Amino acid sequence: MTSLDKTQFRGENLMCVRGERTVFHALDFSLNAGGALVLIGPNGAGKSSLLRMMASLLRPAEGRMVWRANGGEDDVWDDVDLHGGRLHYVGHHDAVKPVLTAAENIGFWARLRGGGEDTILDALGVFDINHLYDVPGRFLSAGQKRRVNLARIIAAPAPLWLLDEPTTALDKATIKRLEDAIQRHRDAGGMVVLSTHADVNTPGAEILDLADFASKALLDEHVMV
Amino acid sequence: MSNFIELVKRDLALAFRQGMDSLMVVAFFVIAVVLFPFGVGPEVNTLAKIAAGTIWVAALLSSMLSLERLFQTDYDDGSLELLALAPVPMEVTVLAKVVAHWLTTGLPLIVTAPVLAVLMQLPEEGFGTLMMALLLGTPTLSLIGAVGAALVLGSRRGGVLLSLLILPLYIPILIFGVSAVDAAIFDQAVRPHLLILGALLVGSLAMTPWAAAAGLRQALE
Repeated sequence: MTSLDKTQFRGENLMCVRGERTVFHALDFSLNAGGALVLIGPNGAGKSSLLRMMASLLRPAEGRMVWRANGGEDDVWDDVDLHGGRLHYVGHHDAVKPVLTAAENIGFWARLRGGGEDTILDALGVFDINHLYDVPGRFLSAGQKRRVNLARIIAAPAPLWLLDEPTTALDKATIKRLEDAIQRHRDAGGMVVLSTHADVNTPGAEILDLADFASKALLDEHVMV
Repeated sequence: MSNFIELVKRDLALAFRQGMDSLMVVAFFVIAVVLFPFGVGPEVNTLAKIAAGTIWVAALLSSMLSLERLFQTDYDDGSLELLALAPVPMEVTVLAKVVAHWLTTGLPLIVTAPVLAVLMQLPEEGFGTLMMALLLGTPTLSLIGAVGAALVLGSRRGGVLLSLLILPLYIPILIFGVSAVDAAIFDQAVRPHLLILGALLVGSLAMTPWAAAAGLRQALE
């Protein structure tokens, strides 16, 4: 864990433009090993965009993101494949294939990251879906699909978790299981960024309100209209 | 490399379990070719003359039929984002998907082609060359098609747009695919035609994965 302890992920002066609209600007964040960052803000404030930026799926219009580990630093955009391997992203879609069983769905993603058969069982256990092992994706409910998707990120370890509204369609008991999983991940030196409207209990997490970084020019425009 | 095989295996499993795609491509291929004798009449000489061209055009069209879905399903259900984030270069992912696409659509076409060649009265000297030309040409169709499929991702009416983008690029393969068979029938050198088809395959193998990967990244933003 000593190497993980020094790990830091930070963004400097990030700006996001969607269409011709500036969603946020001059946004800085910093995340250390074991840390958590909770993104809040009204709809359209750019929570999902920021998470996609952190995942290197969306290029910022301005600013840079840096990953520091083992004394070295690298710019995220210099090698997106490398950065992709360091993170797990849970977006709005669950990426569960209807014709593959829950275990096959998880197994595929785990094997791409060097996970094995035994990790699939563990991952299913974390979200209490062992009974879905050989159930094809088309028979799963929305909540069960979300659980399969969350089990995917347990099955192969990665230091950074990016969770976009992870509690969607989850029942209370499963939200508790997710909170526990996040805590274990952080205890092991991992980092978590999550956006949420519901309450997810993440003790000691930093709160980032996207509304604070909404473009000033944009606000003025609204006032004028 | 193991990741490459893993990706191909996944796409093959998906193709076999949702089943119909391969079957539909072959069925379309057969029906498209069978229409020609009805259209131009059953005169043996006429059919023999147009046999190679007919089979090739039908192969182009049926190969394109399934291209729209090459990335679309993964794009719709969020798998494409995860594939982009997997520690596998996007170019390798594209290549794996193209290989799986060729195995499930190109290969069945090659197997069906001789039967249709009999139907179209293709002279027997042309059979071997037709198979060889298809073997070299159909992977190129899948490769070029992948670029188009990546570019139309996220647009409405992607299928029509895709054919407008891709069919003009298929013309060189059509020309040399047909001329190879003609050369075999008229007892001329077949080799140059096949070499050009091979060159087209190698060239697109070297370029299209990068182009398609760039298209996919664009679509994901």
